[in-house]
Amino acid sequence: MTAETACALTARDYKSDLKPVWCPGCGDFSILMAITMAMAEVGRPPEDVAVISGIGCSSRVPAYTSCYGFHGVHGRALPLATGLKLSRPDLLVIATGGDGDGYSIGGNHFMHACRRNVDLTYIVMDNQVYGMTKGQPSPTTPPEWDSALVPGGTGLRPFHPLVIALAAGANFVARTFSGDPKGTAQTIVEAINHPGFSLIEILSPCVTFRPEEREWAKQVHPASVDPTDDRARAARRVLTDDGFNTGILYRGKRAPYQPAFNPDDAANVDFEAEFLP
Amino acid sequence: MNQIETSLDRPDAPDAKATAARTDAVSIVMLGSGGSGVMTAAEILLRAAARAGYYGLMTKSFGPQIRGGEAAAFVTLSTSPVEIQGDRVDLLFAIDWKNAERFAGELVLDADTLVISGEAGAELPAIVTEPAPRLEEINLKTLTRSHKGTRPNMVALGAVAGAIGLPREAVAALIGERLENKGEAAMDQGLAALDLGFDEAADFDPAKLALPPQETARWIISGNQAAGYGAMRGGVRFAAAYPITPATEILEWLAPRLQKAGGLLVQAEDELASINMIIGGSFGGSAVLTATSGPGLALMSESIGLAVAAEIPMLVIDVMRGGPSTGIPTKSEQSDLNIAVYGLHGDAPHVVTAPNSISDCLFTAQWSTHLAESMQVPAIMLSDQSFGQALGIVEKPAELAFATRRDVAETPGEDYQRYALTATGISPMALPGTPGGQYTADGLEHAESGRPSSGVTDHNQQLDKRLRKVMDFDYGDHWAQIEGDGPAAIITWGSTTGPVREAMRRLDPDGKRLRLISLRLISPAQPEALAEALTGCEQILVIEQSQMAQFFGHLKAQFDLPAMADLYARPGPQPFKAAEIAAKLEEWLS
Repeated sequence: MTAETACALTARDYKSDLKPVWCPGCGDFSILMAITMAMAEVGRPPEDVAVISGIGCSSRVPAYTSCYGFHGVHGRALPLATGLKLSRPDLLVIATGGDGDGYSIGGNHFMHACRRNVDLTYIVMDNQVYGMTKGQPSPTTPPEWDSALVPGGTGLRPFHPLVIALAAGANFVARTFSGDPKGTAQTIVEAINHPGFSLIEILSPCVTFRPEEREWAKQVHPASVDPTDDRARAARRVLTDDGFNTGILYRGKRAPYQPAFNPDDAANVDFEAEFLP
Repeated sequence: MNQIETSLDRPDAPDAKATAARTDAVSIVMLGSGGSGVMTAAEILLRAAARAGYYGLMTKSFGPQIRGGEAAAFVTLSTSPVEIQGDRVDLLFAIDWKNAERFAGELVLDADTLVISGEAGAELPAIVTEPAPRLEEINLKTLTRSHKGTRPNMVALGAVAGAIGLPREAVAALIGERLENKGEAAMDQGLAALDLGFDEAADFDPAKLALPPQETARWIISGNQAAGYGAMRGGVRFAAAYPITPATEILEWLAPRLQKAGGLLVQAEDELASINMIIGGSFGGSAVLTATSGPGLALMSESIGLAVAAEIPMLVIDVMRGGPSTGIPTKSEQSDLNIAVYGLHGDAPHVVTAPNSISDCLFTAQWSTHLAESMQVPAIMLSDQSFGQALGIVEKPAELAFATRRDVAETPGEDYQRYALTATGISPMALPGTPGGQYTADGLEHAESGRPSSGVTDHNQQLDKRLRKVMDFDYGDHWAQIEGDGPAAIITWGSTTGPVREAMRRLDPDGKRLRLISLRLISPAQPEALAEALTGCEQILVIEQSQMAQFFGHLKAQFDLPAMADLYARPGPQPFKAAEIAAKLEEWLS
């Protein structure tokens, strides 16, 4: 693909004709828009992009794009994306999902994906609730939130994905808000262009099960400081903010994990000598 | 008969003389506490025997300790192919006797056994003294002290090699190769130790190999190595893995060799990750594998279902061990058949295969990769610990090439549909990077295009397509190994095949009375092929190593096994001995 035709690609070229299953007003609509805007800006043709997900409302994203996609099992988007990227380093691989998928059932993979630092972009649409199963608390749900499954609230301190990502070794950490698709798109572009594992945590209100999250639009505010490459500073900053600071928090300098993979180069290696007595 | 026999019914301590045991073999056990070097000595013995032209098999028995504890190496050498350890021990060398009682049940000694104690004046355990074997002593401590730098295990090696009549040169050459890079002094000390052993053994009444060897092209290979190499021959270049006994050696063998071949093995954080990593790799176009054991397979089963639904080819090797749960990680059992065949959720057609010997691990892994790639389906190969961790001297396996081809959509047109309904059920797969082929692989039921669908027609059509592709595939003659054409058929699978074959050789050397049918394709079932293989049979006996007779149940449910079929099933961890099977067969035939 030449530079001219790449420039001709617009966000629309990255959208499929499938109608999302999401509720009217769901934050994920504008995130889908931001993702396709970011793809158009990055300019890789849709066939060179793979969008990988697990299960949940936000995990429906792959089929809503015109890229290659994989809608796998609950919680396992990151290992699937890892296997794809390691064996196909030529592709742009993006993983999408929600807080339940990524931080609960997929929590172990989240930690190890940060640590492994494969060149992936992980977009988490955090609505602090399980939406597809109709309203159960997730690891990021406030402790007092009442639900049928956990009456009276979990009483548990919410999981802090950004700090975990920093501690585990993610190379790019950002928080954005679904109500700001342009800013989110720009952050996704930067995450894609940054080598290694990038986490973008996007606050995405669930208007059906957490209608109070509509208020987030008034609470979010851009971070007043520039991104840092100091992990400890970034962690301290995010631990002490109000949870509504948006922007790029951290840009690391770790080299991505990408061992050589050229299986056609040596198809006829002889291993049989070692079996001789 | 025709009932599940429990361990209470079986001949517990087979009388080795009940049937004619083979006279062309010698069975050796080398015993010692961890760190005493028995495994190294036994492996050199095996390699030297291979070079001298013998067949052989080496298996290991360890305690649960990570280091230390008692270890025993079992080596059987012969002038004809060896698939199992002997019924009894011809020669036992103990470097020391610490915790030797732990091997009660594994060590079958008798008055003809030659026992060499390397520990002077040691009190011998009852499992050794009670059968009243011939006893000899070598004072390893004194000998190695008086010859600086010599090691007890090398003296023991010399004594064993001398006692069974192995040529000194074959052993010496191997010691030379092993110690070459440690300097001349080390080599001299190794050879001196070997000679000390040979000298000591010269006085013993030996347990010699009866016949002269024949030199042909042979390999020394473990089942796990063979499985790894078979998969590579089948085209596997990407693997993801989480360590688990007894499958780890497949992964450790593959890691550097995949790298040499331009491929890659990634260590995953758990089995959920390893199975999904290979799904990702396969989606990208690579032939892929992971290897695990029962507990790991259980963790992977959700995602194997995903691979069925999304039509992702991959090979999963399960090296079975005693179960359920953590069970007995270091010993064998054929008890993962049910989870491999029936353990997926939904109606999820896939392939389950099983090798029937160490060298067949190579063939079956290669074939399984071929099946997976050709049908875009997950294949589970059920190997087991007794193959995986045993070293065998085997005939060099034949070079095979399957016409393996993943049907890839190279130039998908405008109307390309990933899950198009084809006559075979196999649809061309577009690989990422191919313009116009974009689709979303999905665990959700889908239409031909891949678009999610909960419609009746789409579900029925896609279910039918996925079943059709594995049911209509031509598996050729590879579905089973069939030997002999007698009227009494034994149906078995996996590592039980070796002892059955050996028992048949004893009872029916001409293959006139008995017939062996060892299934290599466990699923999908081939009832018509089995019926044909059973033509003219008057008696059928199913033999397997599973308490609940999982194989028998599978044959009855899926293979139309005739109602008259009898069963001999028992759990692990004790491997079947040929004498045990032979005694059972005699009782059954009479």
